[in-house]
Amino acid sequence: MVPLSYYLILSGILFTCGVTGFLIKRNIITIFMSIELMLNGVNLSFVAFAAQWHTLSGQIFVFFVMVVAAAEAAVGLAIIIAVFRTSETLNVDHINLLKL
Amino acid sequence: MLHLILFLVFGAICVAGAVNLLVQTHPINSALSLIAVMGSLAVEYLLLGAEFVAVVQVIIYAGAIMVLFVFVIMLLNAGIEERTKGSRVALLVGVPGVVLGSLLGAWVLLQHSGASSVSLGAMPGPPKEIAQLLFHDFLLPFEVTSILVLIAIMGAVVLAARPESVHVTKKEG
Repeated sequence: MVPLSYYLILSGILFTCGVTGFLIKRNIITIFMSIELMLNGVNLSFVAFAAQWHTLSGQIFVFFVMVVAAAEAAVGLAIIIAVFRTSETLNVDHINLLKL
Repeated sequence: MLHLILFLVFGAICVAGAVNLLVQTHPINSALSLIAVMGSLAVEYLLLGAEFVAVVQVIIYAGAIMVLFVFVIMLLNAGIEERTKGSRVALLVGVPGVVLGSLLGAWVLLQHSGASSVSLGAMPGPPKEIAQLLFHDFLLPFEVTSILVLIAIMGAVVLAARPESVHVTKKEG
């Protein structure tokens, strides 16, 4: 038997690591991976609460979050490829034009 | 007791992978540690009795999405990241602030944990009930999701295609 709070603390740690990576990383791909880490942290708290309240809706929402994350990853990585093709860099400090 | 040990072991792997993602400078190392985080999160889902979510986590996250990431890292030949100096104020104020805030949050959560606990297989989670929810109660969001994925596929193809090839297809069409 694991208390619910342990799962929430783990979820919070993962989310905080994601936010920290989003802020301190300079490679655009790693920043994108930090966003995925944040989504994973949120998913864990969804499943933990679903188990706590004995309902399955939380798991269905995790499924939807995963589908949105997959769509986001596909479009985001395509944008990264397009950005790299024009600016020849992955460092976000050097990417300062919205225009391709 | 076994649940607690499994939770602690795989939770430690999760946190270690997440910290390793921040520490590593090469994106491919970060991607591999993210795969480790997702794999151990799947075990945490199993401990919560969410078999469906665990399997989907492994297939979609640790499989499809991370393959996409590794593919793009190798396609763009991403090298070692350049480090820039962060602001001093952020380091002096931000880090203690985060530590204090997280300690406070953990303390509040532990105070209110009470008798609430989760055990393996305690919740109803057979495929039948999940299918009932997914294809009956949440049918409209599920169908909208398929349209979303279709739009994402087309958007990815348009964005990643070379500009001249898009031009050529326009001329032909």
